[in-house]
Amino acid sequence: MSRESMEYDVVIIGGGPSGLSTAIKLKQLNSSLNVCLLEKASEIGAHILSGNVFETRALDELLPNWKELNSPIKTKVSKEKFLFLGKTKSLSWPTWLLPAVQQNHKNYIISLANLCRWLAEQAESLGVEIFPGFPASEILYNEDGSVKGVVTQDMGIDKEGNKKDSYEPGIELLGKVTVFAEGCRGHLGKELIQKFELSRGKDPQQYGIGFKEIWEIEEKNHEEGLVMHTAGWPLDNSTYGGSFMYHAENKQIFLGYVIGLDYKNPHLSPYDEFQRFKTHPAIKKIIEGGKRISYGARALIEGGFQSLPKMFMPGALLVGCDAGTLNMPKIKGSHTAMKSGIIAAETINEHLNESKDLSIYEDKFKNSWLYKELYEARNVKPSFSWGLILGIIFTGIDQIIFRGKLPFTLKHKHADHETLKPANQMPKINYPKYDNILTFDKTSSVYLTGTNHADNQPVHLKLKDPDLPINYTLDKYDEPAQRYCPAGVYEVQKENNVSKFVINSQNCIHCKTCDIKEPSQNINWVTPEGGGGPRYGNM
Amino acid sequence: MKILVAVKRVIDYNVQIRVKEDGTGVVTDNVKMSTNPPDDNAIEEAVKIKEAGKATEVVAITIGEEKAKETVRKALAVGADRGIHVKADGILEPLAVSKILQKIVDKEKPDLVFMGKQAIDDDCNQTGQMLSALLNWPQATFASKIDVKENKLEVTREIDEGLETIEIGVPAIVTCDLRLNEPRYASLPNIMKAKKKPIEEIVAADLGVDVSPRLEQIKVEEPPKRKAGIKVANVAELVQKLKNEAKVI
Repeated sequence: MSRESMEYDVVIIGGGPSGLSTAIKLKQLNSSLNVCLLEKASEIGAHILSGNVFETRALDELLPNWKELNSPIKTKVSKEKFLFLGKTKSLSWPTWLLPAVQQNHKNYIISLANLCRWLAEQAESLGVEIFPGFPASEILYNEDGSVKGVVTQDMGIDKEGNKKDSYEPGIELLGKVTVFAEGCRGHLGKELIQKFELSRGKDPQQYGIGFKEIWEIEEKNHEEGLVMHTAGWPLDNSTYGGSFMYHAENKQIFLGYVIGLDYKNPHLSPYDEFQRFKTHPAIKKIIEGGKRISYGARALIEGGFQSLPKMFMPGALLVGCDAGTLNMPKIKGSHTAMKSGIIAAETINEHLNESKDLSIYEDKFKNSWLYKELYEARNVKPSFSWGLILGIIFTGIDQIIFRGKLPFTLKHKHADHETLKPANQMPKINYPKYDNILTFDKTSSVYLTGTNHADNQPVHLKLKDPDLPINYTLDKYDEPAQRYCPAGVYEVQKENNVSKFVINSQNCIHCKTCDIKEPSQNINWVTPEGGGGPRYGNM
Repeated sequence: MKILVAVKRVIDYNVQIRVKEDGTGVVTDNVKMSTNPPDDNAIEEAVKIKEAGKATEVVAITIGEEKAKETVRKALAVGADRGIHVKADGILEPLAVSKILQKIVDKEKPDLVFMGKQAIDDDCNQTGQMLSALLNWPQATFASKIDVKENKLEVTREIDEGLETIEIGVPAIVTCDLRLNEPRYASLPNIMKAKKKPIEEIVAADLGVDVSPRLEQIKVEEPPKRKAGIKVANVAELVQKLKNEAKVI
């Protein structure tokens, strides 16, 4: 099929912090470069979800005058708390005993979605062409195997794959360099990592699922600038995870929970762990009398240094969490994503001007503070595979005494889809009923995300073997997709005693957890029609 | 023939609306905004008529704050030839909007004015009708089919009783129903081209129209929460509850 094509110097896939930083830095270095940026969401920011306590280090480098540019970075962290939760008790851990990476007094509580909207304005004012509502669906390769560009998603295809009257074919966007900035588990990044064997010699990537709700709480419970983290209940000692609660402006708090996707019990429901976490007395007393106004979830990178793939290949670069630059012990990935984008832009500029090979990206990366940060953080997450208590003890020694300089590197042994134990060997978990005050069902939660996909389009969650969920996964793992999906996309329905696997793809909030956790890697997340998915506000 | 199409920027229909705590309105900060859906149908129809060779120019107009220009830009990306942005801040009631449109019609002299049947934010469903009265032009509201004939239109209207087909003379106002057509997608090359199409900027105050609200808004509040249902054991209990508790039979 012949498609229209457009040529650019640089094509960037994804309008998050890494892609936007790449775009801004490129135009700063050379304003005559033609740079375009594609975003699958209906607008920049609508698919962004993050805590977020923001370290300004990369932004200080990118836009040193950000304070004068009406940026949405306003709430400085004023106080910090760390709690260990038992079932009803809580123990406050003195913050001076936290490793330096977990101290936040110089940082800001922000909405990353709003930061991205603002970064997009900066990029557009520099001449970057930004196209929201256009997912990149395929990668184009040159004859020599190098990346040539991408094709945007066709629009107006019906469920059966036929062209509707409104059919609008995708177009080819060709770049001298293509930058993939899709975020954690980008579906094109996944293809590139496989095709160019970018993960060879690296540990398997590790992921988590992060939930976030925004609550408007009573004034007496609100303390603007307060950052609180918890570990412990409701998770058991062997499951990695914890909560965050950030007191933002306007009596809002950003309340969230992250669970490592290397959990073993297929009966575990990350969503329900988060819901019941809110009933703990230490949390309940803060949100009681308040109102939940937003909900969302997104997978995140936890593998760090050991799992970071090679980030360059012929014709293309990976930036941010499409590669995996999040700093896990710091619980921050925005500044590292932005830094990787800045380095990528410098690389591309030298590549285009001085014909330097894209492999200089790696040298630049190794000489940056980003590398040093990720290197020093590397042993924290794997140590938690020994359980919460040993993990904390080791992390104390590694981070406080040795500051990440211990002369060895712990390994991530398994990919997250390999860690589930058979359902009949693991305890069932009885989650409490939702009370519709503090805890809510998935349907009413997804409603708050503003998620929609144009109806009558192909299902964008592709099963490699459509019979596998019922014939194998249901029996062996009690089909965990019903529980790990934070949006209720997957259901097993019984009709006349015959089980049926149902995919409600219109509910998908683009978190990518199914693509990661499905034990047989049977689910492939691909891009739906442009503009589909959540419409997050200030997430 | 020239068609003027009025488009409005509203909160996207997928967004869950949140009422401000002080009851003065709804939250619009950081909320996804879009073109009012039936206005998309109005633009689509105008562009189709032009593509069929029955119109020579499609002009998209919006009235509102600076960001409302995006709505005109979107109309240009799906085929409108040029745009007009009348800048005005604050609440604009249908009467003010139709008075501004009247001034623009005087200036542009279109043969047809299209717009959505109503906006999904205030649900007024008044602007087309008021403009028709101000201009003393015929109107066809809730159009689900439009046939352009020599100096007249045959319009099928979606009404409570079914479909009504009427014939009206030109110039005329048509307000469009969602069933009129399926709006096209804005393709990437067309979005690029739209960036180069002209948008004329006019300040509402310069048109000599008094846009101050005529209605006093007392309070905005959320609809009351629906109470949870109950299960009854049998018909007898149902009847008893309907009689004694709900007191409806």
